[in-house]
Amino acid sequence: MDGKAEVASSTWQDDLYDLLRRHRVTQFAYVPDAGHRRLIDRSLADPEVRSVALTTEEEGVALAAGADLGGARAVLLMQSSGAGNCINMLSLMKGGRFPLLTLISMRGEFGEGNPWQFPMGQATAPVLEAMGLIVLRAERPEEVIPTVTAAATMVFQGGQSVAVLLTQKLIGAKAF
Amino acid sequence: MTTQNPGAAMARVAAPGYVLDRREAVPALIGRHEDFLIVTGLAGTSKDLAALTDDGAHVYTMAGAMGGACMIGLGLALARPDRRVLVLTGDGELLMNVGALATISVLNPPNLSIVCVDNGHYGETGYQKSHTSLGVDLERMAAGAGIKTTRTVSTGAEIADAARVLREGNGTAFVLLRVTPSDPPAYRRNMDPAACRVRFKAALA
Repeated sequence: MDGKAEVASSTWQDDLYDLLRRHRVTQFAYVPDAGHRRLIDRSLADPEVRSVALTTEEEGVALAAGADLGGARAVLLMQSSGAGNCINMLSLMKGGRFPLLTLISMRGEFGEGNPWQFPMGQATAPVLEAMGLIVLRAERPEEVIPTVTAAATMVFQGGQSVAVLLTQKLIGAKAF
Repeated sequence: MTTQNPGAAMARVAAPGYVLDRREAVPALIGRHEDFLIVTGLAGTSKDLAALTDDGAHVYTMAGAMGGACMIGLGLALARPDRRVLVLTGDGELLMNVGALATISVLNPPNLSIVCVDNGHYGETGYQKSHTSLGVDLERMAAGAGIKTTRTVSTGAEIADAARVLREGNGTAFVLLRVTPSDPPAYRRNMDPAACRVRFKAALA
């Protein structure tokens, strides 16, 4: 990632955090991930939210259901490899009609150099769709805020489960 | 519900130290169930609580998404710090996502208590032995995860102290309740997860 792209990325990431807070998201759940670093750091520094580090991503799906039962809103931040860890737990969202907003930093696609990342990266959208999620993609910095705004409305007003894929074209391929 | 394996009775041998009957021990440990918002695991613990509360709206019973009960409880406890949240789950359900104990311990919400009804078996699928019949100690795993208040209840005399711990609120509490591998109450609860969600939220509103 060159210097220019990093500046752009930190800008949309701060806007994204503010957007989630305006939508009254108070539980930020994640397995630590470079692609979501800014959101995670902001949630840790924000006394008005709970920042929940998970041991595996499916915990975050169940956490979001519990938040909803109590009238709160959660977001699940994960990498595409984590989507695979969630599949059966998504039964809870589909069967229970729980809302779920998840933001997924993609690996195993545009410009990927690590062969281990391709199987799950390429399968992320199809397996999430198979479990009833609506999948949206953001390819460019200027698409992030409109896309997540749309997703938040679909989730918190429309009652849907929506994944926003923050693509590798957007966040840059990791150098090895 | 899945019918039980006809050969199950032969396989059902309580591990040493597993003497309590869940039909008596679970109600005795929980006491006034109305004091809690409750999330249960699958099968046995769902039936325990549905029977105890007459399928109460303050209980979210699961029948799938195995491994989710503790984390639903965490999300609920963080969302409603004004209420006490109780997770009642089984040894098999907890083992499927035992890392949740680590996640919960780091947050340590004072209004969350977890009871694991440990019968040492996978009751719903025909009473095959679980890991806890074979040497795995879930109280020690909870303590190892960093949960500071933990208890194991193996006798009736230990129930009162554990019941107090569930209500104490000095941090998340974990109680391992060892019971014989006998059937939970045969209660037909509402198994529609969406209807139960709506019911639960309406009762809380």
